[in-house]
Amino acid sequence: MALEKVTLGKSITNGLRKAMEADPKVVLIGEDIGKLGGVFRITEGLQKDFGEERVIDSPLAESGIVGTAVGMALRGYRPVCEIQFDGFVYPAFDQIVSQVAKMRARSLGALKIPMVIRIPFGGGIGSPEHHSESPEAYFAHTAGLRVVACSNPEDAHWMIRQAVACDDPVIFFEPKRRYHDRAEYDTAAASAPRGLFEANVIRQGTDVTLVGYGPVVKTMIESAAAAEAEGTSIEVIDLRSLSPLPIDTIVSSVRKTGRLVVVHEASSFLGMASEISAQVTEQCFYELEAPVIRVGGANIPYPPSRMEEEFLPDLDRILDGVDRALAY
Amino acid sequence: MTRELFLELFTGLLREMIRIRRFEEKCVELYSATKIRGFLHLCIGEEAVAVGVVGALSEDDAVVSTYREHGHALARGVPMPSIMAEMFGKATGCSGGRGGSMHLFDASRRFYGGNAIVAGGMPVAVGLALADHLSDDRAVTVCLFGDGAFAEGEFHESANLAALWNLPVLFCCENNRYAMGTALAREHASTDLAMRAAAYGMVAWTVDGMDVIAVREATDRALEYVRDSGKPCFLELRTYRFRAHSMYDPDRYRDKSEIATWKKSDPIPALEAKLVSDGLMTPAEVERWRAGVEAEVDAEIAAAVESADAAPLEPVEDLLRHVTTEAADGVALLAGGRST
Repeated sequence: MALEKVTLGKSITNGLRKAMEADPKVVLIGEDIGKLGGVFRITEGLQKDFGEERVIDSPLAESGIVGTAVGMALRGYRPVCEIQFDGFVYPAFDQIVSQVAKMRARSLGALKIPMVIRIPFGGGIGSPEHHSESPEAYFAHTAGLRVVACSNPEDAHWMIRQAVACDDPVIFFEPKRRYHDRAEYDTAAASAPRGLFEANVIRQGTDVTLVGYGPVVKTMIESAAAAEAEGTSIEVIDLRSLSPLPIDTIVSSVRKTGRLVVVHEASSFLGMASEISAQVTEQCFYELEAPVIRVGGANIPYPPSRMEEEFLPDLDRILDGVDRALAY
Repeated sequence: MTRELFLELFTGLLREMIRIRRFEEKCVELYSATKIRGFLHLCIGEEAVAVGVVGALSEDDAVVSTYREHGHALARGVPMPSIMAEMFGKATGCSGGRGGSMHLFDASRRFYGGNAIVAGGMPVAVGLALADHLSDDRAVTVCLFGDGAFAEGEFHESANLAALWNLPVLFCCENNRYAMGTALAREHASTDLAMRAAAYGMVAWTVDGMDVIAVREATDRALEYVRDSGKPCFLELRTYRFRAHSMYDPDRYRDKSEIATWKKSDPIPALEAKLVSDGLMTPAEVERWRAGVEAEVDAEIAAAVESADAAPLEPVEDLLRHVTTEAADGVALLAGGRST
C-alpha cells in the first residue's frame, strides 16, 4: 500500500514508465516527447531514463508517426504515439482509418496491431480551435479501433497501462484541462480496479442517470452534488470506454432511474450521446420516463477562447439537462 | 561468372517473369468469368521490376507493396494457390479472402501487403525498418510504390524519416509514367524523381525498369549499400504497364502508338533475345525452353485455379470476427487485473 496524491498527468507518466519497465518492446514516439518531455510534459524524464531509442523524438509528421508505429507493431513492438493536440490528429487520419483499424480484419486475425495513440483532448484551457477539440466520435465510428477516455488520476494510471497491454490499437483520450487535477490512490496496487472497457458507476442515484467521459466527469460529479442539495438523486457513470461501448451499465442504471442525460464537449450532432441515446431507447423504451437528453457542444468549429465557457457543458447546462429530463 | 551460371540466372529471371505474366493473363479470363470480383490491377509489362527487385531479397528482408502487387507477391514466394484463392475471395487465401487482389498479405514471408491507399504503406515500411534497426537486425525493408505515390505527402514524410533516422529502407519507385490516367508530366512539376529523392539525403539511382538484369544488378547493389550503411536508398525504375490501370479503365488517356512503342521493350522477349545474342541459347533452344516453361507454369496456374474454385468462402456469420481481438474484453489486460 502506497497512498499518494498524484496529478492525472503524472499518473499517465508513471503508467507509461511501468509499462516500459515491464516490456522492453514498449516504445514511445512523437513530436517533442523526448528532450522536451512533451508539450504537456507527460513523457518528462522518460527519454533520460530509457534512452533515445525507446523515447523517440519525431519530426512534425503525424501520418509518418502513426504509420511508423504500425510497422513497428507488425514486428512485435508496442508503440505508443503521442499526438500533441486533438486537432493535430487529422493528418494521421488516413493511417488510423485505413491501416491501423483494418489490418487485423483484413488479414483474418493473422496480424495484430498493439499500439496506442495518445491524444490530449477537450477545451477549457483558453486555447483556440485545433487545440481544444473533441474528435472521439470519428474514431469510435471506425471498426477495428478501441477508444477510451480517462477522467481521474487513478484511472489514467491504470488505463494507459491496460491500453499498452491491449493487443488491439487503442485511441487514448486524455482530458487536458484535468492534467493538473490531483487525487490520492494506492500507486503500488497490484491490479487495476476495473477492466479497460468497463464503465464506472461513480455515484449511486435514483432519479436521473448522468453519463459522460473525460473532462466532463468532474463537472457531472459537481452537478450531482449540487442537485442533491435540491433533493434530486443523480446516478453518475463515467463511461471510460467509447468503443466498445459498455452499454449494459447504462441500461441497468436507466432501468432504475428512468431518465438519462448524456454529456460531452463534442458537438451533440452525431456525437457519442446520439449513439447512446439510440441504444438506450431501443433497450429501455418502456422504462424511460423522458427522452434521452444530450448536453454537448454546438455544431460549430471550436469557438474563440474568450467564449469557450459558453460552449462547454458546465454545471448549469448539465443541471438544465437534468431539469428537462425531470420535467416529463 | 561462368556460362552456366549466366544461363541459370537469366533463365531463372525469365521463367519468373513468364510465370507472373501467365498468372495475370489467367486472372483477366477469370475476371471476365466473374470468378474474380472487385478490382483487378495488372502489372503486365512491369514484370522486370517485380522479379528484378523482389527476387533479389533474402528471406529476412521485408516487402511493403501496392495494389498492383500480384507480381511482387509471386516473386516473394507467396504460394500461387494462396494468392489465387485470395483473388477468388476464398477462406484459404493468403488474407483469408478478406483482402482480395489489392491486399495480398503473408507475414510469414515478411510480405506486408498490397495496399489500396496510394502511399499508405510507406510509413509502415519505415516502421518495419525502425523495428529491424532497434532489434539490430540486418534486414532491409523494400517499399514498392508508383509515381503517383511520389506526389503524396506520405512519401515525403517517409523519405524524410528514413533518411533522418538512418533506416534500412530501399524505396523502389515503380514509375510506369501514369498515376491512373494522369501522365507523369501532368502530376509532377519536376519529373526527375530520383533527383528529388536525392534531396532527402538519400542515395538515388534511375534504372531501366524494362531490363530485368539492370533491375537485378541495381537492386543487388542497393541492398548491399543499405545493409552496410544502414541508410535508405532510392531506385526509380522506369517501366510501363501494357494494360489499362484496372479492368474498368477504358485507357483513353494515352496513344495506342505510345503503348506499341513501349511494347518493343517488353522485358520477356528482350531477355529471350539477350540469351541468343550472348550465345547462351540458339533461337530454337529458346523456343523449346519457353514451351517447356509455359507448360509447367500453366499447370501450376491450373492447379491454383482448381483449388481456389473448390475452396470455401468464409462463413458470413464470421465477418463479425477478427475485427478486434476477442480476448480483449478489458478484464484481464494486465496480470492480476480484475473486473468489478
